[in-house]
Amino acid sequence: MTLDRRRFLRISAASITGSLLAACDKNPKSVQPLLNLAERGNQRVEEGLFRHTAMNLVGANAPVAGRSFPKYFVSPRVPVWDTALNGVWRLEVSGAVRRPLSLTLDDLMKLPRVTQKVDHFCVEGWNARATWSGVRVSDLARAAGATDDAQYVDFAGFDKGYHESWDMKSAMHPQTLIAYGMDGYLLTPAHGAPARLHSPVKLGYKNTKYLTRVVFMPVRNGGYWSDQGYEWYGGT
Amino acid sequence: MAVLVKRNHWVVRLTHWVNVVAVILMAGSGMRIFNAHPAFARPGETFPLNPWEGKAIPASLTLGGWLAGARHWHFAAMWLLVANGLLYLGFLFFHGEWRDIVPRRGDARDAVEMLKFYLFARRDHPHQGKHNALQKSAYFAMPVLGVVLVLSGLAIWKPVTLWFFTALFVNYKWARFVHFLAMALLLLLALVHVFMVFTVDPYSLRAIITGWYDRARSPEARNARPFYHVFGAPPSSPSGEPPRP
Repeated sequence: MTLDRRRFLRISAASITGSLLAACDKNPKSVQPLLNLAERGNQRVEEGLFRHTAMNLVGANAPVAGRSFPKYFVSPRVPVWDTALNGVWRLEVSGAVRRPLSLTLDDLMKLPRVTQKVDHFCVEGWNARATWSGVRVSDLARAAGATDDAQYVDFAGFDKGYHESWDMKSAMHPQTLIAYGMDGYLLTPAHGAPARLHSPVKLGYKNTKYLTRVVFMPVRNGGYWSDQGYEWYGGT
Repeated sequence: MAVLVKRNHWVVRLTHWVNVVAVILMAGSGMRIFNAHPAFARPGETFPLNPWEGKAIPASLTLGGWLAGARHWHFAAMWLLVANGLLYLGFLFFHGEWRDIVPRRGDARDAVEMLKFYLFARRDHPHQGKHNALQKSAYFAMPVLGVVLVLSGLAIWKPVTLWFFTALFVNYKWARFVHFLAMALLLLLALVHVFMVFTVDPYSLRAIITGWYDRARSPEARNARPFYHVFGAPPSSPSGEPPRP
């Protein structure tokens, strides 16, 4: 019995250490397929749980983060739309649509406006509140006449090729906005001016800032952070 | 004379060791996720409840390598933890073993007696059944913390889709804090548990592997406190069993 116990201790110590070492590796080949399988399974579960009626509700008196709202972009400097170089900023809506759109900021502001105070959930673990004003992506899809082929939407911006693609269901959620206003003012360059995608239903990295293109697609095409290993779905 | 009894059903032994793996994976990857923003305050706010606000956990204690990797580990291992936990709790419920860990009247008094014994304020080991009262409360607290961890975990995994879980903990920030706190408490209990196994009742290792336990070597029979073997030969036990080295 003593021998059994000792052998067991040795084996268990070795196997626990072994699994720990394997787990410490950034990309252990043996477990990666298992992790990928779990991610696919989780995505199915998340899509199954997702409801258009499940809203992020923030109390009317809840304070917004204001100046503390974190600023973030992947370019070395704050991306600013250069009108002299690129002409007037436009939002191009294309892909699986009957009427491709090319909207100036004025055009965008003429579409039905929604103002909502919601949380911003960062993948890092913090959340921050702001009041966003803008156009529902679902309204934009209706204006452009998205077809049945539109199963995914890619949101791309002028921040060093940043883009993230979404599943149609999340994009059509009533709280998913193309936002041009934040806390009652037009967006500042630090927060994605002239317009950005904002929704509480996806983690921050899915919400493309400095938006220029909305492309409805039959297949998904990854994204800036999704391609680097973050979950493509990134839902909340 | 060995008095062998079958102490742990194979379901309990299996789920115990699967749980060891699941908790290590979950806690390790969870701490790596925490390190991406090792604070509980929202931007622009403070969080006085955490004295180590902004201080990361040593990377050597974490799993996953980076935030995205740790998230993959966390969201994969969570199924192992939940499936295993449900198997354990279901077994406990249907097989009656819940009686071994659910607190009952008199446990508080027994726990005080155990404490007195451990602190040398009492000479003889209090009489006990399968577990002593302190042990029992720890084994009861662990699955309770597990349930809190799962609920608060759902609350911060899906704060919009499963908003009602988030509301259960007031909001996202507090759910995240509860999730962390429950993890820390669970790890603390697990550490104390392992410490007590090796210093008080190493014979229980056999019971959680093969299921067999030698009652003649129970802490009660040996009058064992932590590091009993360091403190010299224990006095003869009330059960009349000869003291064991």
